[in-house]
Amino acid sequence: MREVRYWQALNEALREELDRDPDVFVMGEDVGIYGGAYGVTKGLYEDYGEERIRDTAISEQVIVGAAVGAAMTGMRPVAEIMYVDFLGVAMDQIFNQAAKIRYMFGGKAKVPMTLRTQGGTGRGLAAQHSQSLESWFLHVPGLKVVMPSTPYDAKGLLKAAIRDDNPVLFIEHKMLYGTKGMIPDGEYIVPLGLADVKRPGSDVTVVAHSRMLLYALEAAETLEKEGISVEVIDPRTLAPLDMDTIMTSVKKTGRVVLVEEGCKTGGVGGEIATRIMEEGFYYLDAPIIRVAAKDVPIPMSPALEPLAVPSVQEIIDAVKKLYV
Amino acid sequence: MIKDALVAKEKKEDLIFWLKQMHHIRYFEEMVMQLLAENYVKGGSHCYAGQEAVAVGACAAIRKDDYITSTHRGHGHGIAKGGKLNELMAEICGKAAGCCKGKGGSLHLADLSTGNLGANGIVGGSFGIAAGAALTCKMKKLDRVVLCFYGDGAANQGIAHESMNMAATWKLPVIYICENNLYGMSVSVNRAASVEDLAVRALAYDMPYKIVDGMDVLAVKEAVEQAAERARKGEGPMLIECKTYRYYGHSRSDARVYRTKEEEKYWKDRDPIPNFAKRLIENGIITEDEAKEIDAQAKKDIEDATKFAKDAPYPEPEALFEDLYA
Ligand SMILES: Cc1ncc(C[n+]2csc(CCOP(=O)(O)OP(=O)(O)O)c2C)c(N)n1
Ligand SMILES: [Mg+2]
Repeated sequence: MREVRYWQALNEALREELDRDPDVFVMGEDVGIYGGAYGVTKGLYEDYGEERIRDTAISEQVIVGAAVGAAMTGMRPVAEIMYVDFLGVAMDQIFNQAAKIRYMFGGKAKVPMTLRTQGGTGRGLAAQHSQSLESWFLHVPGLKVVMPSTPYDAKGLLKAAIRDDNPVLFIEHKMLYGTKGMIPDGEYIVPLGLADVKRPGSDVTVVAHSRMLLYALEAAETLEKEGISVEVIDPRTLAPLDMDTIMTSVKKTGRVVLVEEGCKTGGVGGEIATRIMEEGFYYLDAPIIRVAAKDVPIPMSPALEPLAVPSVQEIIDAVKKLYV
Repeated sequence: MIKDALVAKEKKEDLIFWLKQMHHIRYFEEMVMQLLAENYVKGGSHCYAGQEAVAVGACAAIRKDDYITSTHRGHGHGIAKGGKLNELMAEICGKAAGCCKGKGGSLHLADLSTGNLGANGIVGGSFGIAAGAALTCKMKKLDRVVLCFYGDGAANQGIAHESMNMAATWKLPVIYICENNLYGMSVSVNRAASVEDLAVRALAYDMPYKIVDGMDVLAVKEAVEQAAERARKGEGPMLIECKTYRYYGHSRSDARVYRTKEEEKYWKDRDPIPNFAKRLIENGIITEDEAKEIDAQAKKDIEDATKFAKDAPYPEPEALFEDLYA
């Protein structure tokens, strides 16, 4: 095992897949000479050349669209969209094209593409560079949605995404790139659709993904000292969603807090909560609580930005509320 | 006797005003870089230094009640369109006294009171807004025009083409001002576009175009003036490509590996501010001492604005929920 940063783990995954499969290539804005806005593709241009590591124009629509077309015809593109917020520019290509082609064409085509992007708050970048939009894409059958929270998961999941024969939206977090974690020396894959119990516990189940997973772990640490044992689950893949792992935990604890950085209304938590109720309402000892962003755009001011999204304290308070 | 024809056309006080505005922008940006370095301002700030002649020249050619749409690199546009320095600087700092109450910051500087319809975090995000504002001008017969500032990178967004086609077809009073600073982040124009002069794309929409030296405030002004005159007569949009350069990196984390020191020097030698000051001195508009005075006064204005911004309070927590709906 060795320690790497999140961005390095992603960089390694790209390298290994570029080495393994000549059909894999990378394209996006500033992924070449610049090495990616957040450094994920650092050194790839030098090592793999401009044919396979393609700097594109600022044209999100055709970045995604060309990935779809290349994927349909035998390539395995890894396209990068610099911020999840910019997916809006390319929306048709994602949800009308990438997601639906296989089904519409009666299973006769496949779209093995990976769309990497990143989201989240934390850098004072305001309303168009700080969103957490994952829930939008859960409403589109045909897409897979992956959100790694640790370097280990980031590497293993990206490799799985690239090898998957479907369009995979892979959403990183801008505040996680510098975080460190252990990964094995050899090759490994983290399969899509498998949640992970990041911290076992017996009293309360907290489900959190991406950066909020770190917040949930911090909250669990504090709560442990106060005598509440929290089980923290990272779904890792939001679509498909591993309900088995979540339900196993819910049956044990009977109490659930769902945490996400996106807006509460129409969020991921609403979906998970409903599924828990559908699959196991009678195991619940208390109403499910959602901790999510306020239903407002992310403000730039450093005095406001942190108030828009969940804090560790809010998670702690939510867990305690289950007991009053 | 004034030898320079473009200088001869203008009033002395205007020439001095534009020189000072360019100084304002430069000192504003130097201050923003400093505030970023001090970590007083978080987040991204794309600095306009080097391109001052474009914003100032273009805004000098239109009226107070005309509109502009801006970009992610919007501080210069906001100042040139007459934004208050205090409010602009306070906005960059995320303060309640900012022109957007601290909610937008650098990326979303907007000041409707000066006709500035806003900077934009989305590259290309303003093309539609410009067309729509021009549609208002036409439908309400306002006798106003819209300047749509955009970068060479933004030129490759689909909506750039959609906007130009709509404006040309409906003869909307938009003036597309392409600030070609040779790079969209790290990608040079020749790696991102199939044409060297982005202006030639105007031909596809049967729209006239002009290519000007974006380091020359009077050249920019003259071109935009002609375009505005056409637009006001109902003759439709025009595209003006300004060849220019951004002096800093794309944003603060940019090591500028994609361009050479020689190229940077070539453009620094064409600095629009000292060159314009020199031109005014040579034509006997101002003396060397006056030039220094203008410079010093501009610097002080920015220091005052910064003091205002730093002293101003942050928004109250309740502001989080305000202004979501009208
Ligand atoms: C839709 C979208 N794509 C990408 C970005 C990231 N980005 C911000 S500025 C920029 C470069 C823009 O280049 P250009 O239009 O030439 O303007 P310049 O920065 O040179 O002023 C990029 C890629 C963005 N903000 N929005
Ligand atoms: Mg540019």
